[in-house]
Amino acid sequence: MYDAVIVGAGVSGASTAWQLSHYDLKVALVERWADVGFGVSKANSGIIHGGFHHSARKTLKARLEILGNLMFDKLQYELDFPFHRNGILVVAFSDEQMVTVRKLYQQGVENGVRNLEMCGRDRLLELEPKLNPEVVGGFYAPNGGTIEPYRYVFSLVESARRNGCDLFCNFEVVSGERKNNLWTLTAADGRTIKARYVINAAGLFADRVSAVCGAEEFKIHARKGEEYLLDRNSPARPGKVVFPVPSRESKGILVIPTAEGTTMIGPTADPAEDKLDTTTSADNMQRIVTLVSRMVNGVSTRDVITSFAGLRPVLDSEDFYIDLSEKVPHFVQVAGIQSPGLTASPAIGEYVKDLLKKDGLELVEKEKIEYRNPPHHELRNETPEALDRLHADDPAWTHVVCRCEKISEAEIIEAVRKGHTTLDGVKFYTRAGMGRCQGGFCSAKIMKIISRESGIPMEELTKKGGNSRLLGGKLGTIKVNTTPEAAE
Amino acid sequence: MEKKLICINCPIGCHLTAERSNDSDAWSVTGNRCPRGELYARNELTDPRRVVTATVRCNSELMPRLPVRSSEPLPKRYIDALLNRLYDMEVKIPVKRGEVLIANVENTGIDVIFSCDCGK
Amino acid sequence: MIHDFSYDIAVIGAGAAGLAAAAETAKSPFRTVVIDREDQLGGILRQCIHNGFGLRYFKEELTGPEYADRVAALAAKPNVEFKTGTAVTEIKRLPDNGFELLAFSAAEGVSRIRARALFLGMGCRERNRGNLAIPGSRPAGIFTAGAAQKLLNIEGMLPGKSAVIVGSGDIGLIMARRLRWSGVEVKAVVEIMPHPSGLTRNVVQCLNDFGIPLYLEHSVVNIAGRERVQYVEVAPLDNGIPQLDRQFRIECDTVLFSVGLIPENELSRQLGVELNPATGGAIVDANLQTSVPGVFAGGNVLHVHDLVDFVSEEAADAGRSIVHYLDGTLNSQANPVTVSANLKYVVPNKFNTGEKGTYSFRPLIVSDAATLEAELNGRLVWKRKFTYVKPAEMLKVELPAEILNESGTLVFRLQEEA
Repeated sequence: MYDAVIVGAGVSGASTAWQLSHYDLKVALVERWADVGFGVSKANSGIIHGGFHHSARKTLKARLEILGNLMFDKLQYELDFPFHRNGILVVAFSDEQMVTVRKLYQQGVENGVRNLEMCGRDRLLELEPKLNPEVVGGFYAPNGGTIEPYRYVFSLVESARRNGCDLFCNFEVVSGERKNNLWTLTAADGRTIKARYVINAAGLFADRVSAVCGAEEFKIHARKGEEYLLDRNSPARPGKVVFPVPSRESKGILVIPTAEGTTMIGPTADPAEDKLDTTTSADNMQRIVTLVSRMVNGVSTRDVITSFAGLRPVLDSEDFYIDLSEKVPHFVQVAGIQSPGLTASPAIGEYVKDLLKKDGLELVEKEKIEYRNPPHHELRNETPEALDRLHADDPAWTHVVCRCEKISEAEIIEAVRKGHTTLDGVKFYTRAGMGRCQGGFCSAKIMKIISRESGIPMEELTKKGGNSRLLGGKLGTIKVNTTPEAAE
Repeated sequence: MEKKLICINCPIGCHLTAERSNDSDAWSVTGNRCPRGELYARNELTDPRRVVTATVRCNSELMPRLPVRSSEPLPKRYIDALLNRLYDMEVKIPVKRGEVLIANVENTGIDVIFSCDCGK
Repeated sequence: MIHDFSYDIAVIGAGAAGLAAAAETAKSPFRTVVIDREDQLGGILRQCIHNGFGLRYFKEELTGPEYADRVAALAAKPNVEFKTGTAVTEIKRLPDNGFELLAFSAAEGVSRIRARALFLGMGCRERNRGNLAIPGSRPAGIFTAGAAQKLLNIEGMLPGKSAVIVGSGDIGLIMARRLRWSGVEVKAVVEIMPHPSGLTRNVVQCLNDFGIPLYLEHSVVNIAGRERVQYVEVAPLDNGIPQLDRQFRIECDTVLFSVGLIPENELSRQLGVELNPATGGAIVDANLQTSVPGVFAGGNVLHVHDLVDFVSEEAADAGRSIVHYLDGTLNSQANPVTVSANLKYVVPNKFNTGEKGTYSFRPLIVSDAATLEAELNGRLVWKRKFTYVKPAEMLKVELPAEILNESGTLVFRLQEEA
């Protein structure tokens, strides 16, 4: 029996679990997919927004965005994830666009964001020499930055687990019942979990989880965003995140210097009928490249190393819906967490904690809280001297498995031992396979390490859980028959 | 009777023409740049053959599979059975490149040999 | 403890190029180290278990592992040391014009390796689905042909049960046969060009032998499947534009990409080696020396070859040049060599007067009667006829010393005969 069960291990759920893990509570985090962050969070643009895109007077999301932004330095210190406060530029290429820029700047000032700076052309080019010199003006938000969203989720969950939170993956909630003041959630595979409180942070499926628990009825729409990742060597990589002037539906298509050294362009914003539709399309790549080429120099389709799509969970209100359920007791809704959900997430966790407190959950701080995750080594970020010392403990530290991103065997072993046993799980935890060869050289090696460390036979390894088997079995298990009839 | 073929002996890929009069069994071959082209065309029209390459399981830590090959092109009709037989085998190292794994496949005089060394 | 090593020559990559280069430097008194990230020598040849290698270099038809062993044996001399399982992550040039490599291995940990000259033999990597931005979903079951080859031939694991191969490069064709010989169905090979990208003999023995359809001028317009690949959609191309009204579906659980190779020059970039956009490899002079003195290159890191024999030949030439460089007898002139009509590139990019020159080209056209012509300072000085030129097959020619008798510019062109 748990005091609280959080449904969904994305940024909102993980942040909530992390918050609650500091208190004398039994907390469980359940995730539908094979690993944490594998839903909405995995395909996020990875931007810590500057708090000027939405009005804090009018929206909850803006208030939480501003608070969340302020929390990231401490979080990074405690949890250790890639994050850089490298600043955001919003750039205009016409006087007409400058009107919107001034409004946004004004909104940021009204929101209480500090150090925003209106910039003329020369100042912008000084701040970001990669900009197209035809830029007219814009403003600079030094408080914005970039983050690896999945690494952030992994760090939150790791810390929460270190402080006693239990994690259950592949747990797709199909029903929820409340009897004798206790919720029972049942998963698709029949497992059940009992808890006093339910926190619904189920992302795209928050509407369904709410419905099966008899809580509010609402509809989550999926809004797709396609992103294209450019090689580390791309000359287009700017120093700061470059935003165009936003439209009503989205913050526009950006150029993002990712926290790990690549460049990302995107995202699009198109409605998706299917909440599992993460397909990309040929037209969008061309569209994105054309759009960002107007903002920065050096963007080329030749440098594209991969593409992916994510889905934003959107409510009709376009705002976050974070509140106690009015229909069922001891049930917190955390729904419609679209952009700027990642930025807001630390504040979301705190907000949920306060709602639970308001609802009567007694919050007593644990006697001993482990605030910091142990140091996390990465071959690519260590000095030769440090690697030499690591090698003395474990030779796997100097065995390079992923050549493009310089990932050692030791990092892959660590990922597997922490429970990331799918190829994507290892990839997102370590970056192995994320570079320019996209796993062409290292996938087989990584699969062997996962198999050896986890005991899962090679032929049963998956890309991302479920039926995403990576291989077709052992050689020799299908009889060879090459006569022409056999081809039928 | 005339047949068009592309020689597979080497990367040049000569375009061969094989001709035979109705009252003869012998094909005359043109278009080849070396004698192997002529032999290839004759074989291809009467008894097509291919060099078979495959791997066999072994007990080496370093190499879970060892590459093997047929010493000569093998008549195509024997290939499937040979492959299935190879996939069922497990060999013990050490082995030497050129060492015979299966001698005289289907009485063709052709052997299956290892393509590399493994173990000491 | 961080190890410090010092050699005369460091060869990076122990594939068909690096080993052939080392086989040449081994003949000199200089000390060579050959470094490779894999545990075994031979590079990608280890997974190329099929035959068809070595006819030119060894005058014998060999499989990949046999070729690897043969070329490794040539390099195995007392003055050559091998460091396998060792990845070079950084290279820098020292003030004394030597080089320092930072290398990692499980066995030795961190090493700093110094050398007076370098041979770059890092080979190439495969273009992948991401590089092409093929639309659709991202399920399991998508591999580059080479990755699938490694899984099958090195690990003995099947990539799937029924496959579609995108691109008709040689590795894709070879994999079509390998899959059929492993009990895996091959539904089709899909090629955007009007002609196969691989060697003709591979089309014959890898596709025709098994009745595998080859769709020329077709493109995969969608990959479908949420968890594992379920099908692909293929459309004919009209002037390069997919005709979606005529698209069709092919059920499969595996998609292999064989859509070209990219020289791996990340380390070369660290040294500031000037690269040629047409090849993706370094710009080199008649000695295969790059723009950085003392740095030589050969094989697929320089330009993508279709025959391993040419890789070894080129690398051996570079190996001999390295010995001259260290001897102080290297003749290095700056006469430019360029291409005009119907040729994508030429390697090398400079010539020496009074020396014979070996040149490799990639044609841009398919023709069964073409003439390769060389103009020195605007004067036609050499020509040769070719039957069957095509982009899939590299041309390699040698110009005699007496032709290159004056300094200036050498231009090659490929003329199609009427």
